[in-house]
Amino acid sequence: MDDEPIVRWYWIGDHLGYLGNLLADHAVIALLPVLIGLLLAVPLGLTCTRFPRLYQPLSAVFNIVYALPSLAVFVVLIPYTGLATQATVMIPLTFYALAVLLPTTVDGLRAVPDPVRQAATAMGYGPWHRLTSVELPAAVPYLIAGLRVAAVSSISLASVGALVGRGGLGYLFVDGFQRTFPTPIVAGIALIAVLALAVDLLLVGARRLLAPWAVREKGAGS
Amino acid sequence: MNWLSWLSDFFSAPDHRSGPDSIVHRVSEHLLFSGEALLYAAVLAVPLGLLIGYTGRGVTVVTAFAGATRALPTLGLVTLAVLLAGVGDTAVLIPLVALAAPPLLVATVEGVRGTDPDVRDAARGIGLTHPQVLWQVCLPSAAPTLLAGLRTATVQVIATATVAAYVGLGGLGRYVIDGLATRKYAVTVGGALLVVLLAVGAQLFFALLARYALPPGMRAQRRAR
Repeated sequence: MDDEPIVRWYWIGDHLGYLGNLLADHAVIALLPVLIGLLLAVPLGLTCTRFPRLYQPLSAVFNIVYALPSLAVFVVLIPYTGLATQATVMIPLTFYALAVLLPTTVDGLRAVPDPVRQAATAMGYGPWHRLTSVELPAAVPYLIAGLRVAAVSSISLASVGALVGRGGLGYLFVDGFQRTFPTPIVAGIALIAVLALAVDLLLVGARRLLAPWAVREKGAGS
Repeated sequence: MNWLSWLSDFFSAPDHRSGPDSIVHRVSEHLLFSGEALLYAAVLAVPLGLLIGYTGRGVTVVTAFAGATRALPTLGLVTLAVLLAGVGDTAVLIPLVALAAPPLLVATVEGVRGTDPDVRDAARGIGLTHPQVLWQVCLPSAAPTLLAGLRTATVQVIATATVAAYVGLGGLGRYVIDGLATRKYAVTVGGALLVVLLAVGAQLFFALLARYALPPGMRAQRRAR
């Protein structure tokens, strides 16, 4: 480590294709769970707004789930999902995403003022129509705020999967450490930050498009 | 092999009962190291957060900065720190503090800013100086938020300290990493279980603190207006 520079630029130039593959793998491992988490959070959130008694215990459970160290959870899953498989990393990430998204979904659905709900009913909206055209759109700013937090955490957490053999860009950390070669580590950190930033900007753009009335961010503090 | 035999193997191994690889020693290592990281993070973040929250200057910068640190991968920071600063616990302490400080900073800032402005005005009105207002009014009123931030930071530190076993840190992560490396799954699972118990224990500890140790009037049941 005496004369090893922090970054050897030529290594990055020589490995662009390799880095691209890891980036793509990382994006799938990190973001697919967020998507699944969203698909689970919406029906679960609806159930919770309909049966409010359910929400308190459920959110307590997810609070604890969210606090479980990722490495421990990955390791516990290995006998069921195998070493170095995507499932070992993606199943816990789905739960982490759900733990972030469930409260924001419930907040979003509860944010619809009662007069608005009643007005929709008075105009002849059935429960389904009211849900899709009034309640869900009103929850969009909250959902996106939750998605921003969930996506960024998922992207940085996925790299821990490298310790159980499947971490996308996280592999660069293991590789660089074993060879005492900092360049891949720096490249990995930078690419993860860039991926997180890109996804965040995409979500902000989606909010502008889907909920142009929500100029200021609402819901989950980020 | 199943869970019961893994765990009985893990807990009955002579190495795990006494000596440097014993469970008691690993747990205390994990707790001490996490506590040290949290202490440094708090010493850095809380005074700065009080100042920023009270003056209201730089709030946007701090919030954006803390949000950005969430994107930093713990494993990357830990490996990089050890390569650059050399093997040793001090090198690992740097990323741990760097990851624990932002949530604490944001929580302190938000807590102080969340103080009822009328109460602040009243405190000034009855003749308290600015430091007195900060100390006697804003700090107690920020306590619940501060505690929530400390809880987030603790969870983060316990998890990162586990990952840091990869670069040679002691603590419970040792079992997980060594077990994986030597393909002794009983050790890995035992370590993971202890880490989970520690994390859940920390959550319970903070839940109890929030219920019983906050200033009267700032406890959870009174907070909702």
